[in-house]
Amino acid sequence: MKSKKKLRLSKGTMAFPYFAVSVLFVIVPLVLILVYAFTDASGNFTFENFARLGAASSWKSIIRSFLIAFFTTVICLLLSYPTALALTKIKASKRMIILMIFIMPMWINSLLRIYAVQLFYADTLGMEKGFVLTLIGMVYDFFPFMLLPIYTILADMDKMVLEASADLGAKPAETFFKVRLPLSMPGIVSGALMVFMPAMSSFAVSDILGYDGGSATFLDGKLFGNVIYYYFERGNYNSGSALALLLLVLILFSTFLSNVLTKGKTARKGGTIA
Amino acid sequence: MKKVFKAFFEKFRREKAERPLSETANTQPSVEIHPLKKSERIIEVQGLTKVFDGVTVIDNMNLAIKKGEFVTLLGPSGCGKTTLLRIIAGFETPTEGQVFLENVNVTDVPPYRRPVNTVFQRYALFPHLNVFKNIAYGLKIKKIDKKVIAEKVNAALKMVDLEGYGHRDVSSLSGGQQQRVAIARALVCEPKVLLLDEPLGALDLKMRKDMQEELMAMHKRLGITFLYVTHDQEEALTMSDTVVVINDGVIQQIGTPKKIYDEPANAFVADFIGESNIISGVMLKDFCVRFLGQDFECVDKGFAKNEKVDLVIRPEDIKVYPEGDEKGQLVGKVLSSIFKGTFYQMEILANEYQFTVQSTKESKEGDTVSIGVKPDGIHIMKKLRSTNTFYGKVTGEDTVEFCGTEFTFNNVDGIEAGTDVEISVDFDAVSLNDDETDGDLGGNVSQTLYKGKYYQVQVYTDTDEDFFTDTVDDWDINDRIGIKIDHSKIVVKRLENEE
Amino acid sequence: MSKQKKTLLLSIVFLVIMIILTYLPVAILTVYSFTESKTIGVWNGFSFELYKELFTDDEILTALKNTLIIGLSASALAVVLGTLAAIGIHSMKKAPRMVMESINQITMVNADIVTAIGFMLLFLFVIFIPNDYASLIIAHTVICTPYVIMSVLPRLSQLNPNVYEAGLDLGATPVRALFSIILPQLIPAVIAGFALAFTISLDDFTISTFVSSSVETIPRFLYNKLKVKGVMPVLRALSVFIMAAVFVVLIVINFFSMRTERKKQQIEKNLGGAK
Repeated sequence: MKSKKKLRLSKGTMAFPYFAVSVLFVIVPLVLILVYAFTDASGNFTFENFARLGAASSWKSIIRSFLIAFFTTVICLLLSYPTALALTKIKASKRMIILMIFIMPMWINSLLRIYAVQLFYADTLGMEKGFVLTLIGMVYDFFPFMLLPIYTILADMDKMVLEASADLGAKPAETFFKVRLPLSMPGIVSGALMVFMPAMSSFAVSDILGYDGGSATFLDGKLFGNVIYYYFERGNYNSGSALALLLLVLILFSTFLSNVLTKGKTARKGGTIA
Repeated sequence: MKKVFKAFFEKFRREKAERPLSETANTQPSVEIHPLKKSERIIEVQGLTKVFDGVTVIDNMNLAIKKGEFVTLLGPSGCGKTTLLRIIAGFETPTEGQVFLENVNVTDVPPYRRPVNTVFQRYALFPHLNVFKNIAYGLKIKKIDKKVIAEKVNAALKMVDLEGYGHRDVSSLSGGQQQRVAIARALVCEPKVLLLDEPLGALDLKMRKDMQEELMAMHKRLGITFLYVTHDQEEALTMSDTVVVINDGVIQQIGTPKKIYDEPANAFVADFIGESNIISGVMLKDFCVRFLGQDFECVDKGFAKNEKVDLVIRPEDIKVYPEGDEKGQLVGKVLSSIFKGTFYQMEILANEYQFTVQSTKESKEGDTVSIGVKPDGIHIMKKLRSTNTFYGKVTGEDTVEFCGTEFTFNNVDGIEAGTDVEISVDFDAVSLNDDETDGDLGGNVSQTLYKGKYYQVQVYTDTDEDFFTDTVDDWDINDRIGIKIDHSKIVVKRLENEE
Repeated sequence: MSKQKKTLLLSIVFLVIMIILTYLPVAILTVYSFTESKTIGVWNGFSFELYKELFTDDEILTALKNTLIIGLSASALAVVLGTLAAIGIHSMKKAPRMVMESINQITMVNADIVTAIGFMLLFLFVIFIPNDYASLIIAHTVICTPYVIMSVLPRLSQLNPNVYEAGLDLGATPVRALFSIILPQLIPAVIAGFALAFTISLDDFTISTFVSSSVETIPRFLYNKLKVKGVMPVLRALSVFIMAAVFVVLIVINFFSMRTERKKQQIEKNLGGAK
């Protein structure tokens, strides 16, 4: 019943500057990556860059990134689900403050978080740099991103549904697995993607906390992000772009997936705290 | 029933009893523009149509409003009354038609250059400004001297009984106080017309009553025109000089509250305003109508012989007599009887029609009684329609397409395929089914009206057509149902302007 | 003990453990910023020496200055661009709105490294911007604006649409109504958006590294120093300083948003429960 054709038209134009900026500085760069991924150094069209990705070292780094991102996601989930659940059990008036305490580190520079991990786990506890420390660093870095969406969905969950389940004779475990967990899936999916994708593309954590010459296993090598960084540092824009394009496609696909699965139900970083 | 409303009814009852028979006018159920002199018209809309996303909210509306009156736009939610108000305020642009303020065409004038001000549904006070600044907002824009602004705002605060509240934060005000600020904010700009969009909707009952009286007093004192939107019939009848009843984007009736109540123009108005018994009947001749199998004397004339009509009898116009009393015209059985403070409300079944009756004398449930109605208690209205008319095309030897569906029909005139035609489907050729797939086409129930023995049901089809039919079942609004048409009763005519 | 009490106790214990795990590394960092010892685990006595060093180190001070210049200008630009865009997007119909929101989302979900090389290619081969400050500010504005939009947009949809119309009704032109009615009500969200933008800018070293070679910022400085073995003790003081600054900003913002939230609830409450 309420459309304001004339008045709205003028307001819509206020988004134009941002639209123009976005086209120039968001869309054009993505197109450039696309172009560079499919051309060689002299500018001719080629698939060569992708063929080169078939090389063992590239694949290894991709698999390594995938594994580390997967472990990070699982550990974050296992830690944040009980945390979120515990949060919903305490007094509503205190909940926001406790939640804020958990979220606050999210707002400080991620490098500082990594530094704090290094200082505590490596320097104080004497852990060796490598895969395990990298994993700890990633979990520490990304934990709030998992906690926030899961908490949001658990806090919004209708208590009556759970009570109804108990009333119908379900044991607590049954209620959990048959009602609460399925209902919190949108939060889990959105949290998982918000952890998995940054973990997949992260290179700073493994740069600082990763393998630095000690005993090396398969997992102690370069990650996806490090390889892209490496290519660009060395001026090999084409191969770097091909890798970046692969990463971009992965990210866009998983974002799309998340949008479909959660239908925009959960908040992204920022919505809640500020 | 609410107190004010009751007082209103009682006043009517008395007046009606005193009124000589000849004075009751025969209201032909047509809608006409207020016969106003040009200089008297403060607001006028001509041929106004508003379509939102393909839905017609206001349909070719004509209306003139008299200067200085308290006019109410009354109708169910979604009838287009708020849209009409927003078009007059300038927030919406009409799809077609013109708006005049003091006979000046303002259709394309933006809201900030119109000499009208609005009191919004939920007040829309500026939350970041205090009470004083809220009221001063409009004056500040007019670049009026600060001292004058202060004087005017303080006067406005005094008028709405909020002296000394100027520095208060709007968030610290109660609902009623916010309401007063909203009124003061609009009135301080000295508008030619004050538009009020269901301003009392958010208040509780007692506050609403008080504000109703205050608004009426304010209107009297200021002498400016009030255009008031509400879905509350009681509010409309108590407060207004003129009521405009709207349904489905069409004005159903314009008149004084008394006229609207006493002489509803059609079954919709009768049903919407107050409680009523709506029965269908046949006009045998002038001053004589047949319904429920019996002939009754009435005060209406001017209908065609044997014309099908709707008639309305208000509950308080039905007299209840003991069983066998000669004054009664129908014998009925009391189904229920509830004491409502000053009268008894009874449901009485007579000749298969369930009458709602209000009487000061109690009859017990289960009693057999005799009921009667005086000629001036029967109000005859033209039947809105008894035939559905559509436009379509003949598609084959004996097939015709309308409402997006193909039907077989008896092609007596030998109309050739491809001809544009007008199709008539009588109400009794249409039946409704629970299961959409059982019908020829599907639709949603948009309105039902009890007419005694049966309901008139309006169904909105997917092709934006309205189907009307009479059924014995009551259907729920918005139900998805199937419409079945008796194909042998489809009448197809060539469009007259074909040649 | 009742079952409910048990659950509550268990929850509290678990939360306390998680809080400790979260803050222990930060606490160690803070403690050791107040000592001169080179290695962690050795306490050389309390001193402000590292902080003194921090505020006399030219390299750090330059980086700090650059970070502030870039962060504040980018956030300011992002706030203007983003607030205007949010108002525009809010008034849009479904299709254009979807386009704008998708663009917004791309920028937010994209990996820093992909965004960074995109900027690098753009600045290298398409538009040449001679000034490193300018290119950094542009890049940071672009990555920060979506966060401002995300902060302002929900606030806009909470506003009573009639309030803007009330402004027009009382004679304000659309522009005037925008400035005197819409914007003042957006201020808390705009401030939050500004802070959000600033932290995003403060967090970035990837894009800065790829876009500029000459402008050193705090995150870049940190990254380069942390990558090498044997971290300088002064970084501890720097870290604590940054954390403290961010926490103060956060607390201020939350205070603001809580206050406006409470005010809004009060208005609704006073309106009565008729609906």
